[in-house]
Amino acid sequence: MIAEHAIILAVVLPLLAAPLCILLGRGFLSWIAASASVWTSFGLALHLLNRVLHEGTIRYALGGWEAPVGIEYRLDAAGALVMTVVTAIASIVLPYSYTSVRREIDEHKHHWFYACLLLCFSGLLGITVAGDAFNIFVFLEISSLSTYVLVSMGRDRRALTAAFKYLIIGTVGATFYLLGVGFMYQMTGTLNIEDLSQRLLAMSGDGVTPVYETTTIRAALSFLTVGISLKVALFPLHVWLPNVYAYAPSVVSAFLSATATKVAILIFLRVFYTIDGKAIPFEALPLAQTLVPFAVAGAVVASFIAVYQRDVKRLLAYSSIAQVGYMICGIGLATAAGLESGLLHLFNHALMKGTLFLAIGCVVYRVGQTRLELLRGVGREMPFTAASIVIGGASLIGVPLTAGFVSKWALLTAVLAEGRWVIAVLVIVSSLIAVVYVAQILHVMLIRKRPVGSERLREAPLWMVVPTFLLALSNLWYGVVDGRAADAARAAAAALIEEVAR
Amino acid sequence: MLVALIAPFVGAILAVLFGRWPNVREGLSLVSGGITFLAVTQVAMALHAGEQIALTVLEPVAGLRLAFDVEPLGMLFALVASLLWPVTTLYAMGYMREHHEKNQTRFFCFFAISISVVMALAFSANLATLFVCYEALTLATFPLVTHANDRSAWRAGRVYLGILMGTSIGLLLLGCVAVYGIAGTTDFTTGGVLTGPLSDGKVSKATLGVVLGLFVFGTGKAAVMPMHRWLPNAMVAPTPVSALLHAVAVVKAGVFTILKVVIYIFGIDLVRDLDAHTVLAYVAGFTVVAASVIAMGKDNLKERLAYSTIGQLSYIVLGALVATQGSVEGAGMHIATHAAGKITLFFGAGAILVAAHKKNVSELDGIGKRMPITMACFLVGSLSIIGLPPAGGMWSKLLLVEGTAASGDWLLVGTFLVSSLLNIVYLLSIPMRAFLRPERADIDHHGHGEAPLSCRIAMVTTATLTFLLFVRPDLVYYLVQSLGQGASS
Repeated sequence: MIAEHAIILAVVLPLLAAPLCILLGRGFLSWIAASASVWTSFGLALHLLNRVLHEGTIRYALGGWEAPVGIEYRLDAAGALVMTVVTAIASIVLPYSYTSVRREIDEHKHHWFYACLLLCFSGLLGITVAGDAFNIFVFLEISSLSTYVLVSMGRDRRALTAAFKYLIIGTVGATFYLLGVGFMYQMTGTLNIEDLSQRLLAMSGDGVTPVYETTTIRAALSFLTVGISLKVALFPLHVWLPNVYAYAPSVVSAFLSATATKVAILIFLRVFYTIDGKAIPFEALPLAQTLVPFAVAGAVVASFIAVYQRDVKRLLAYSSIAQVGYMICGIGLATAAGLESGLLHLFNHALMKGTLFLAIGCVVYRVGQTRLELLRGVGREMPFTAASIVIGGASLIGVPLTAGFVSKWALLTAVLAEGRWVIAVLVIVSSLIAVVYVAQILHVMLIRKRPVGSERLREAPLWMVVPTFLLALSNLWYGVVDGRAADAARAAAAALIEEVAR
Repeated sequence: MLVALIAPFVGAILAVLFGRWPNVREGLSLVSGGITFLAVTQVAMALHAGEQIALTVLEPVAGLRLAFDVEPLGMLFALVASLLWPVTTLYAMGYMREHHEKNQTRFFCFFAISISVVMALAFSANLATLFVCYEALTLATFPLVTHANDRSAWRAGRVYLGILMGTSIGLLLLGCVAVYGIAGTTDFTTGGVLTGPLSDGKVSKATLGVVLGLFVFGTGKAAVMPMHRWLPNAMVAPTPVSALLHAVAVVKAGVFTILKVVIYIFGIDLVRDLDAHTVLAYVAGFTVVAASVIAMGKDNLKERLAYSTIGQLSYIVLGALVATQGSVEGAGMHIATHAAGKITLFFGAGAILVAAHKKNVSELDGIGKRMPITMACFLVGSLSIIGLPPAGGMWSKLLLVEGTAASGDWLLVGTFLVSSLLNIVYLLSIPMRAFLRPERADIDHHGHGEAPLSCRIAMVTTATLTFLLFVRPDLVYYLVQSLGQGASS
């Protein structure tokens, strides 16, 4: 009975726990409620992933109303993979948040913080399971609105302007998405994504006019592309991201960097693979030719900008933009291998960026600063934090034996299988620049000496160090020992491509 | 084989656990070194008996299979490295204590990890595994290079990491992925994997030439000019590190990679077919001569040896790129003979540093009377590098010259001969100074004597090994003679 409803429970539990947090009204109690619901969702997500990989796509009709009339929840392998990433990161971030939040957010806001985090979490999960295009929009708004609040909770006043900027740009993105969906509805009269794809196919099949040559569908796809690219922070639509990551509380930076853009990429997959089928956007329209150059340019340019950042969190934010470029590049190739590399990198990037932001959070807890020159020698006195940064950084560069290397290898092979030598070279150039900016962080934190007269630092509290270090170790685990993430990514890619073939 | 891979690693952990008791720690290091060597010989026996020894660890994504498989060249490399490791450990015990180095536990720990990675590298079954081990080796040796922890050590460390990581991520990785893209596999296969795609017309000779170039320049560890700068810089490391890693394990990992690629990815015949191989061979030939010329001008003993190493490495690269049966055999054999010879020279340099506190060649006049054993070993090592009897270097150089002559490129043959003459000038001059000139009166000699006992034992062992390679070259030749098989000339 529970197993049958797992798909909706995973989303609804945090949604219900959010108001509960506010009712409880105390930081500690709401932390317990949040943890309980997040961990439950994580368990459910693992269960669902397992089931999807063995049994194929799961469908769940809300209230017993069958699609396309009723609302349908639908979880395929790609969705399950992203769902696992989101829940896993959230379950690691929550124990961490208890200590970190007390330092970075005012006491009377704590229960609001947990409520917003849960709302954001449930919104993100909702996107992974939503089976119709409008529901995706609704959940997108739930997660976005709560994100604006979360970002503005930082003590740094610049967090307010960052949040406001994000609010404007994010709303534009969401509205564009809604416009695109509206046009689609106008053409087909349905919102359910499977139904949409079938009707589009049928409309092109009658041979009068190919549906993708109508202005409506072209406009719809344009709006969708731009709208989602804003949410993904695809270069050059990335301007909101650096400030958001830099000034949000550490917990929020870590959570968002590891989940929010990933879920946006899932929407991307939904629109261009599940709804339209690869045939329309990638073969009839020049989507690949438009996306891949931007993705690769983003990977190089954003890495380059990262080198010149003097604030660690901004540096990592720019590196995130570059890494998103890798993922979109893999997806834009529109081959099974490319998709697999994109999805795998999505998973691995969540691990490495999560690690790095959590570790920086530990530093913030002790030092209270993220400007690079003030962090001299910090790593010498916080060994576990430093080790996490080393591992996360190595993974970011793509050093062998880390998770980052596996996905970079996958991406390069996928690119070269298509014979795109220039892209391969640019990807490598971008990782060489990554060597430079990671080396900068490590140089300052480990090799430079602490300024004379500064007080001795202690390692961050256990509640923060343990989750950080665990996440760091997972980078090695998935780089050396465990191939299951790659298997899941392969299954997801195969399922998406199969949908296209259908 | 598993034992050979894991034993050094266990040694590393034990070294950390027993860091407080130096005697226990170093004893355990020696024991794990011995176990590693025994395990490697066991593997060698099994290989001799014709067994197939393979082990697959993981395949996270297609083409990235981490797997191990033993073949003669890897066997040779593993034997050399595992034999010289316990000897170096013995040497390091005396050196590190006498020299009062700090953080000795960290030193022994990373030393053991490096060897573990070298074993994995030697037994790699495909390019992907080789690349992973190659990078891991760079990272594992980094703390050893920066061991002194002062400004010059960190500067050297930056150059070290910058060049090795830059070339490997920028060029070598691209080469590996390109091979996978062209051939659909990166497994090391006798005769190469690229001949098929070439005859199918999937790829042109020019492209393959570029890929070969990616490997030759991407393998920064092979120190082909202009990628050689890291090696002289790495000499700031303690001498045992320079001896084992920067004369044997790390640099040999570089030339080993190139040899593997030439023999098992391209195939010897294919390399000879490519126009690019001549160009690249001339680059290597230039490195041979240029490095020798630079070495003559260096007064610092370790830097002189470093440039000599660069030259000698390019012998091997040259042998691989000339790609005749003889030259490839010679290149394989040179891995062993140069290792034995050069480690003896480095041991000598370290012994002089420890006992006499002298770093420069010009200060060594007459030192042979105070340190007769050291300088005698140094003499044997020099002879081996030059290629004179009674030392093993002679045979490998002979094979290399023969093989190059078979290709008909007399300019490259001339390179070998010129380089040998230069070797005589810059290497043999050192023992001659030591034994024949009177001691300089203008420097303080502190009345020093010989190096510590453990250093002397290690030096004599490696010098004897060099001599052994002269008397019984068949021990090594047995392994390398199968490398050239299947080649048409």
